[in-house]
Amino acid sequence: MSPGVSSSSTFKTRATGALADPQLQAALGMLGEGWIEKRRRVVSLLPEFELLREKAKEVKDHVLENLDTYLERYEAEVTRQGGIVHWASDAAQAREIILKICRDADAKVVTRGKSMVGEEIGVCEALEGAGMRVVETDLGEYIVQLAHEMPSHIVFPALHKTFDQITDLFAEHHSAAEYDGPRETVADVVGEARQVLRQQFFIADVGITGANYLVAETGSSVICTNEGNGDLTSTLARVHIVTAGIERVVPTLDDVALFTRLLGRSATAQEITAYTTFSTGPKREGDLDGPGAYHVVLIDNGRSRVLAGQFREMLRCIRCGACMNHCPVYGAVGGHAYGWIYPGPMGAVLSPLLQGIEKNADLPNACTLNGRCAEVCPVKIPLPTLLKKLRGVQFDARLTSPSSRWMLRVFGALAQRPRLYHLATRLSARVLRFIGGRRGSIARVPFAGGWTEVRDLPKPPARTFFDQWRNERATEEKQR
Amino acid sequence: MERAQQAAARRDGIRAPRVGLFVTCLANLFRPSAALAAARLLEEAGCSVEAPQAQTCCGQPALNSGDFNDARQIARRTLEIFEGFDYVVAPSGSCVRTLRHDYPDLLADDPVWLPRAQQFAARAFELTSFLHDVLAWQPPRVAVPACTLTYHDTCSGLRGLGIQAQPRALLANIEGVTVKEMKDTDVCCGFGGTFCVKYPEISRKIVDDKIGNIQGSGATVLAGGDLGCLMNIGGRLKRRDVDVKVYHIAEILTGMTVEPLGEEPS
Repeated sequence: MSPGVSSSSTFKTRATGALADPQLQAALGMLGEGWIEKRRRVVSLLPEFELLREKAKEVKDHVLENLDTYLERYEAEVTRQGGIVHWASDAAQAREIILKICRDADAKVVTRGKSMVGEEIGVCEALEGAGMRVVETDLGEYIVQLAHEMPSHIVFPALHKTFDQITDLFAEHHSAAEYDGPRETVADVVGEARQVLRQQFFIADVGITGANYLVAETGSSVICTNEGNGDLTSTLARVHIVTAGIERVVPTLDDVALFTRLLGRSATAQEITAYTTFSTGPKREGDLDGPGAYHVVLIDNGRSRVLAGQFREMLRCIRCGACMNHCPVYGAVGGHAYGWIYPGPMGAVLSPLLQGIEKNADLPNACTLNGRCAEVCPVKIPLPTLLKKLRGVQFDARLTSPSSRWMLRVFGALAQRPRLYHLATRLSARVLRFIGGRRGSIARVPFAGGWTEVRDLPKPPARTFFDQWRNERATEEKQR
Repeated sequence: MERAQQAAARRDGIRAPRVGLFVTCLANLFRPSAALAAARLLEEAGCSVEAPQAQTCCGQPALNSGDFNDARQIARRTLEIFEGFDYVVAPSGSCVRTLRHDYPDLLADDPVWLPRAQQFAARAFELTSFLHDVLAWQPPRVAVPACTLTYHDTCSGLRGLGIQAQPRALLANIEGVTVKEMKDTDVCCGFGGTFCVKYPEISRKIVDDKIGNIQGSGATVLAGGDLGCLMNIGGRLKRRDVDVKVYHIAEILTGMTVEPLGEEPS
């Protein structure tokens, strides 16, 4: 499982492959039917949903404005609760810190709860490289781990897999001693994963989870899950490591309540996820269970750079996935086409910001600007606006292709010279009419291959609007 | 002004609102009949309509390609051209969204131009919302050949300007038209300006889904308020030889007297 993607493939080639993959298309087809409608229903049952969105946006903006203060407060509280906070400026440093904690604990088996930031820093590869066995315990993550793939969705990592592909994978990887039951229904498969994974929780030395929120006033980390694997990961191992981006911090427990109401509805169309788990420090005297040691790795990895620039709003993201569930491009090509672990609209903004725009040149452009993502975003991130801004960054850095730049120059010149513009329009009409011949629509136009590759172009009438309008008005004048 | 006041003012013979028609470059070249129909509707609704010759394009090709300097210059000159009018109206949600929302954004740091852009934004309207919301006008009863029509909500109009009920309300007076909603009518058609040219394969998948929904509705006519989307869907319908006739909403409201988009008059 590699956090990166081979540099030989591009967004376009991956998208082409995705469009031609019938199993992927079948899996993606479930998206629209299910989640969009379910979310709409559950949101409609909460009249104050819009108010909560506005409030959540305000809280996030306030936190981002005072991020240093809240992070320091959070660190002090974690320390007071007996935990240890580590600061990682980039992915490499984060991996080193985690590796050292695991080595010091003499870890052989490490369980992992679902965490996008863990994928972002490549923690799994680092630990496996050091000879440890890493077990993904979220069902979706477990499936993509067995398949040696990246997650294709930030909430449903194995969204791209069909049921049959999953049962095949389990049949291949699980011995009869581990599981010998049926694989007919979803419940069978969930039961199988549960049975196989249960043993791993008991033998795990270190459990690594992410965090939906870090609470500054209590030093708690919070995860919202549905399978209960996060609880087992964080409480049964000897050592619990929390990995989180620095923007995960919220001031108070009340804020957790606010975001929790938005997150479940936006992510999985639930009023609340099955588990909302608070971890505060290691096991204390008198506690029945809990880890012996509690570490938090706070990860920057480009975030403070984003904080300082014109894309700060992206740091409000709570990783609910609603934007990709509602994105027609994501729905057409799936998550792997985006090339990294953050797909869909949020990924199209975040990946260029975190990894560099040169590496992700297609992403800001592979968007129709239809605005549905921004409409459903629970923290009101203006995703299409940010994507347009990224296009501006590309244009200013001359990363736009020479042919596009040339076309834009011509367009800019025409749009500011009305006479030339009208002349060019008339000329275009004439040329297109010549190419079109007797048909009403044109199947092939030189230099318009992108358009005519999939659709006809209507043949323009002989006279433009302005020619007809002038004529009409002149006739009216005469009649008067 | 309130809708009721507007209507009363017209009845009392107060000066007709002066409307500058923003033609849009797609209508000018590919579908003059849509803009001519828009002008006719505006005049029937009691406006005096002019189409200033100096206008060109709203600047979206530059804006959506990251060329903000050119977009800003185009915004300034468009503002100047239309400044004398009571209203600026276009047969397009997409262009009006740019006039109304993008121009103030583009000129946000310009203390001279920002107020002008904001005043301009307040006077810029998409055709159906202007007729319905501002003028409180219903088109006169007109009969068209009987057809089942489905309306595609174009994204910029729907999400950028709140246009959804207006075109449907205006259609109520058109005899012969039965409106049948398609599934996912509020979902993008895959046009997206430069998107459909840069990523034709993805666009094809999205527009084919749209066509599936159009066919599923049983409609024989597709209408919408944005020529970009209509040219995308219509062009794909033609390519696949699917028999659905495509019209701009203004053309339906003026009696469907022209050939559908992409068909040569016989």
